[in-house]
Amino acid sequence: MASAKIAMDAALEQRRRTQMRLAQAPVLVTVRNLKMHFPVTEGALFRRVVGQVKAVDGISFTIRKGETLGLVGESGCGKTTTGRCILRLEHATDGEILFDGRNLLELDRKEMNALRRKIQVIFQDPYSSLNPRMKIGDIIAEPMLVHGTEPDRAAREARVAELLRLCGLDPRFADRYPHEMSGGQRQRVGIARALSVRPEFIICDEAISALDVSIQAQIINLLEDLRDQFGLTYLFIAHDLSVVRHLCHRVAVMYLGRIVELAECDELYGNPRHPYTQALLAAVPVPDPEIERRRAHTIVKGEVPSPINPPSGCVFHPRCPLAVGECSRAVPELREVMPGHFVACPRV
Amino acid sequence: MTRLLEIRDLRTQFFTSAGVVKAVDGISYDVDEGETVAIVGESGCGKSISALSVLRLVPDPPGRIVGGSIRYRGRDLLALSDEEIRHVRGRDIAMVFQEPMTSLNPVLTIGRQLTETLQQHLGMTREQANARAVELLGMVGIAEPERRLKQYPHHFSGGMRQRVMIAMALCCNPKLIIADEPTTALDVTIQAQILELLKELTRRMGVALIVITHNLGIVARYADRVNVMYAGKIIESGSAPDIYHDPRHPYTLALLRSVPRMDQPRRARLDPVHGQPPDLSRLDDGCAFRPRCSFAGPRCAAEIPPLMAAGQPSHAAACWQSAHVAAALKRAS
Repeated sequence: MASAKIAMDAALEQRRRTQMRLAQAPVLVTVRNLKMHFPVTEGALFRRVVGQVKAVDGISFTIRKGETLGLVGESGCGKTTTGRCILRLEHATDGEILFDGRNLLELDRKEMNALRRKIQVIFQDPYSSLNPRMKIGDIIAEPMLVHGTEPDRAAREARVAELLRLCGLDPRFADRYPHEMSGGQRQRVGIARALSVRPEFIICDEAISALDVSIQAQIINLLEDLRDQFGLTYLFIAHDLSVVRHLCHRVAVMYLGRIVELAECDELYGNPRHPYTQALLAAVPVPDPEIERRRAHTIVKGEVPSPINPPSGCVFHPRCPLAVGECSRAVPELREVMPGHFVACPRV
Repeated sequence: MTRLLEIRDLRTQFFTSAGVVKAVDGISYDVDEGETVAIVGESGCGKSISALSVLRLVPDPPGRIVGGSIRYRGRDLLALSDEEIRHVRGRDIAMVFQEPMTSLNPVLTIGRQLTETLQQHLGMTREQANARAVELLGMVGIAEPERRLKQYPHHFSGGMRQRVMIAMALCCNPKLIIADEPTTALDVTIQAQILELLKELTRRMGVALIVITHNLGIVARYADRVNVMYAGKIIESGSAPDIYHDPRHPYTLALLRSVPRMDQPRRARLDPVHGQPPDLSRLDDGCAFRPRCSFAGPRCAAEIPPLMAAGQPSHAAACWQSAHVAAALKRAS
């Protein structure tokens, strides 16, 4: 018990120090009023736009250098689209994405390609994100070829071996194919590939969701080690709230294209203010039968509405236990209820 | 409590070009009436195949049940003819699958799929079946059931589809429902709704439930009894408190320690289970968890441990070192 307490105190102290350091770090990524609206069309020959899916509808956040921001929410809330907009895999409808002070949405192709080296991504599915016909070594070397960071073949091979070792794989894996590896090993390859061009910012899009429980912890530890070793900044997109709590410094909760709450990690989990965040946290079962028996199981009713025709006012109001008439009229702004703790709910 | 299902030494194997895969390798467990039993394990541990085996739904070839017995109210399901087992499926034992989109027929209306079972198994007329279908949809919390019956699966969201699946499972008043990862494809708030619905309906109707899952939290919330599987075997079995507070198998302990938990202070680092699960076609004469186990000794390499009593009478673990595991657990707390 005593040793566990000491370890816990050390962890707490370490987090406090990290927090102080991060508060002084420069801002690396700024997202301002980002909107991504997809047109809904009808008709095969004469296509006309009949509506819009507001996948992301005016969200703003910043990420400091070395920080990990968690982006959580249920499917269809726009968290993945947000990541894709930052990578410019989608053409954002409106807003600004500043990386190191430069607006990504205004860069031309050439400028973006140069900057893309610094922004990498790790995908969810380690089975479909690796080319089955390429050897592991070639998969990891490809970004270096594209960006010309390691023109010399021998140096490139040495770098591949180094990356494999770094990600906990045998360098001999370079000659193998993806189908010879397990899911966890493939995800390590995906991480090695992202690291190959020495990025500053990595978007982890459900990077551990497809893995088995016993393998998840291995990959979480690897992501943490790499963050500390290279001072990486992560945008960690996930739906697993306990993993996000473990890994992230700050967390933003999304619902139907909007951020409903944003706070420092311990604050958000210890003191959730938005009714949706509270419902989300209450829905996660804890692996302890005693605690589960004592816990109140308040379950939020209904389902996430269609983003084609979202509810008026606060998008959560049809499911919200606190909703009053006003909630269906005005869209609530994200406001600071405590230093660093933002909530988009007028009832809080 | 009356015994409903009794599985003894069940063995299901797959005969592939790469060799014989022992997907289920001699598992035994019981389900009492009205009880919720969980089978927990990671992908490839044989938990789904063990469930499919109960209803003889394992694709043959390449799979085959090669040994053991499955007694449902005293009747050996493995000895039934194809015709007889068809009557058991759906009527006595029903199944809810993980992916509701692939288990519903996309070109038939929900109503047609629900009433087919009712007409088939219970010999209802079309009108009777329709009335019952409306009642069932209402029971699983689907609004406007009359209108919804005329719709197709793609009109339903994932959570709603899973409700339809539950309605289909319930339609013949089965005594046992086997739910294979019923909420894995769903969002967390919908997952809570579906699990609560399953729990409430099974309790009210006295239906026993076998839940197959990889999620330790779900098990803690809903199961009376837990079987942990690894490499085709049940390696630990007990009540939920036995398993969570006093695990005796190193795998169970490692699994519990590897997940970040919301009810505890954040740790600096997680303790992962090292290595990879074994290849089920290349198992040797020792404990399959041995290469990943921090407790392993010489006996573990020589002899496969059977399930042995550990701690409480309800509790058993398949580990030669379970005393060491208990001691380590005591030291840690």
